[in-house]
Amino acid sequence: MSNYTFVNIEATRKLFVKRILVSSIFALVLIALILARYYDLQIIRHQDFVTQSDNNRVHVRPVSPTRGLIYDRNGKLLADNRSTYNLTIVRERSEDLDKLLADLGELIHISENDVSEFKKRLHRRKPYENTALKFDLTEQDRSILAVNSFRLEGAEVSAHLIRNYPMEAIFAHAIGYVGRINEQEMLVIDPLKYSGIDSIGRIGIEKQYEDYLLGQVGSEHVETNARGRVMRLMSKIDPQPGQNLTLYLDSNLQQIAFNSLQDFRSALVAIDVKSGGILAMVSTPSYNPNAFVSGIGKRHYADLVNSADRPLFNRALRGQYPPGSTIKPMLGLIALNEEIVTADQTIDDNGYFHLDGVLRPWRDHNAKKGGHGANVNLARAIIESCDVYFYTMSAEMDIDLFSSRSKLFGIGEKTNIDIPGEQTGIMPDRDWKKNELGENWFDGDTVNASIGQGFMLATPMQLAVMTARLASNGKIISPRLVREVNGVGVESGNENSGVIEIDSPHWDYVHKAMQDVVHSPKGTAHKISKGLSYRMAGKTGTAQVVSIDADVEYDKNKINERQWDHALFIAFAPADDPQIAVALVVENGGHGSVTAAPIVRLLIDEFMKTSANEGLVLR
Amino acid sequence: MQEGDFVRRIQSLSQRSASKKSFELDYVLIAILISLCSVGILIIYSASGQDPFFAKRQFFFMVIGFCLMCAMAQIPSRVWDRWAPFFYGIGILLLGVVLAFGVEANGAKRWLDIGFTRLQPSELMKVVLPLMISSYISKRDIPPNFQTIFVSIILILVPVFMVINQPDLGTALLIFISGLIVLFLSGIGRAYIISGFILALAAIPSLWLFVMRDYQKQRVLTMFNPEEDKLGAGWNIIQSTTAIGSGGWYGKGWMNGTQSQLNFLPESHTDFIIAVLAEEFGLAGVLILICIYLILVGRCISISMKSKSMFGRLLAASLGFTFLVFVLVNLAMVSGVLPVVGAPLPLIGYGGTAIVTLFAGFGILMSISKESKIK
Repeated sequence: MSNYTFVNIEATRKLFVKRILVSSIFALVLIALILARYYDLQIIRHQDFVTQSDNNRVHVRPVSPTRGLIYDRNGKLLADNRSTYNLTIVRERSEDLDKLLADLGELIHISENDVSEFKKRLHRRKPYENTALKFDLTEQDRSILAVNSFRLEGAEVSAHLIRNYPMEAIFAHAIGYVGRINEQEMLVIDPLKYSGIDSIGRIGIEKQYEDYLLGQVGSEHVETNARGRVMRLMSKIDPQPGQNLTLYLDSNLQQIAFNSLQDFRSALVAIDVKSGGILAMVSTPSYNPNAFVSGIGKRHYADLVNSADRPLFNRALRGQYPPGSTIKPMLGLIALNEEIVTADQTIDDNGYFHLDGVLRPWRDHNAKKGGHGANVNLARAIIESCDVYFYTMSAEMDIDLFSSRSKLFGIGEKTNIDIPGEQTGIMPDRDWKKNELGENWFDGDTVNASIGQGFMLATPMQLAVMTARLASNGKIISPRLVREVNGVGVESGNENSGVIEIDSPHWDYVHKAMQDVVHSPKGTAHKISKGLSYRMAGKTGTAQVVSIDADVEYDKNKINERQWDHALFIAFAPADDPQIAVALVVENGGHGSVTAAPIVRLLIDEFMKTSANEGLVLR
Repeated sequence: MQEGDFVRRIQSLSQRSASKKSFELDYVLIAILISLCSVGILIIYSASGQDPFFAKRQFFFMVIGFCLMCAMAQIPSRVWDRWAPFFYGIGILLLGVVLAFGVEANGAKRWLDIGFTRLQPSELMKVVLPLMISSYISKRDIPPNFQTIFVSIILILVPVFMVINQPDLGTALLIFISGLIVLFLSGIGRAYIISGFILALAAIPSLWLFVMRDYQKQRVLTMFNPEEDKLGAGWNIIQSTTAIGSGGWYGKGWMNGTQSQLNFLPESHTDFIIAVLAEEFGLAGVLILICIYLILVGRCISISMKSKSMFGRLLAASLGFTFLVFVLVNLAMVSGVLPVVGAPLPLIGYGGTAIVTLFAGFGILMSISKESKIK
């Protein structure tokens, strides 16, 4: 028994040791397999997982540059960037987006439009990117959101810089505005250049100089946790701010012009004769460009678009008006130079002009008083604005020659100003009429053209350019808005500009006549000469909106205001060494001497005052 | 009564006065356990984002477990042998209570609220079951006959099915394995092993069809293709393999693991804690940890071999191997080799019941160790 037990104990022990051994080997094999798995993950595929773990946590975020600032010639800010607060959502961080939107809607006002725009933006963003829901939060909204932030996981109030136009409506048509990048623009722009940027120049300087103003996007590598919250900044490439623009515009002059014109539908352009720089460019009525920056409301936009006064319409560049008598000095110059008339040649004006074969006579504006009388020479024809003189002259004039010479002064040609959208106007000739209307040119068309009526149309910008070229004895200057980019002068192209070939006695003659328009007691703009401390040269114009029969008297009181004549005035000063040239069109303003000329004088007065202070140096 | 027990009893009787004098502990075992616990505290601290809350709690449970272990080591192993059915009964009772009044979390009832903490009876069973089976088999013929095996299987299956019903398939399987290990070590015949193996294979389809719930099946499927649902079911395994893989040889450094520190890694202080260690200390850290575990298991086997009683031998070895199985299942699960089941990393992962239970197990082991030293 004892022996058996001993054997039994030994056998049991042996079996147990065997089982321990088998178990240990089995365990070691399993350990080896698992270690192989860890070796595979940690050593063989290590690099893949490093990449994967970095992709998990490291996100590259664009850092938007600040848009370049825009200054007037004296360093006054016309466009800057102000901080604003937007409500943004990171889709990945909100567990239930619809609930979050509903919660937010209970706290602050969120319109349906906000939500639908947000959903559109949501489609085209990158993962973990902030998507804006509501822009420009009020202080109250911000504090409500701050208090409730604990239950708004995924929503965030973020600070942004947005464009700001401190002068509001005054410079709207020159500077334009930026707007939120829309879907069409999305297709056109380089997404790399615009990553993290949500605005783009839509119109005016903002559009034309977009590439300068934009700046270069920077980037930052940030470490985020699993919920997308940024834990730390790892590295950063600073954005390059956009380049600052300095304009030729003088906010002082601009403001005076704007204030004088804001009750009219009008456009004024003032050009620095020496450089071609635009000193003032006003189109009224205007609008506040700030409304467009973070997306204009539908109703607000409809109001602007549907307004009969068309505030969004840039009259200075796009308004096309019959230039009326304002082209008379230019036309006189051309006629003198082409020897169609001489300075001494005179006509007798009884108020009417008859063209052979045309029954109806052309009427002078003062036909009622019996015309301008006897011995009207070119000078008098300019000073008193005698239409019959020019009618008579037109009989000797070939329209094609007249047209091609006028184009040298900028009529019917693009001025190539450095903002988009300008209209060409019309300087008609035989080919033009054939192409556009399919009709032959009549002599009567030339008669109409001789006083800037008929087919002829010009923009206020073109009239200002014409005036500047008249003032500078034919220097073919082009208008420019931007003078400097980041303090470095921009080539205006005016340094080596060509010259209109006209003999210098003719210039003197016409300049003298234009001075007398203002300074001579008989001049049509004589009323503004009172107290004038410098010599101004000018020309009034009155453009017919509706044609009125020669035998029917034009009576302001009898016709609709919208059909009143447009009032025009062009001027340059000082006459002996012209610095500034101005053109003004006041829609339905009546006679140029009454409505337009005083405003131009006001502007030039101010210009002369400042330039006298600066010792006449404006460069 | 076994002859070996008799011999040992005589020996112990003669030495009783000597053993009573000294408060004896297995210092090798203690050194291993303390080093494992230290690693655990360090990793938990890092994994919980430097919030000392979990590390402190874990330390508290470690201290409780340690004291319990030292106390239990002083009780002769035959007492544990004799009281095994009582502990088993308590375990079964608690599992029943859990099914009836348990605290529900994540769709499963696994915990009992006992005021200051939550008790997880299924963790308790991981030690109590080997204790029960060892105790039962050691009093019968070795190798066990069919009747012994049959009763043992019943004893194993009762808690297993209770845990399956919580439902907690992973823990149930681990408990099942812990019981089988005792049976295997006890020397059951090859025929039983082979037929049991075949039976287990045959049971898999019916397990899949009738026992496993949809989410459990999903976890198994996810293991084969985690990319299918990156942000859902696949998330855990993608993030844990990323954490492990990005650790490389030496890791990113303590508290520098981006996967864990930035919360990409789920359950980083509990079941997935090995991924934190692998990320922050690399393969080197994993190897060192496995070595410590192997030393521990080796120590258990050596205690088992030295033990004079069948009960001591069986229990010490089966606790050691069971422990190793827990470690391996966890390592395999986190690295995407096994489906994600609730299998914590012993002594490292956060969890009060598990820590205290394991220390209790080592307490019994020490009491076995102590007696074998007495010559």
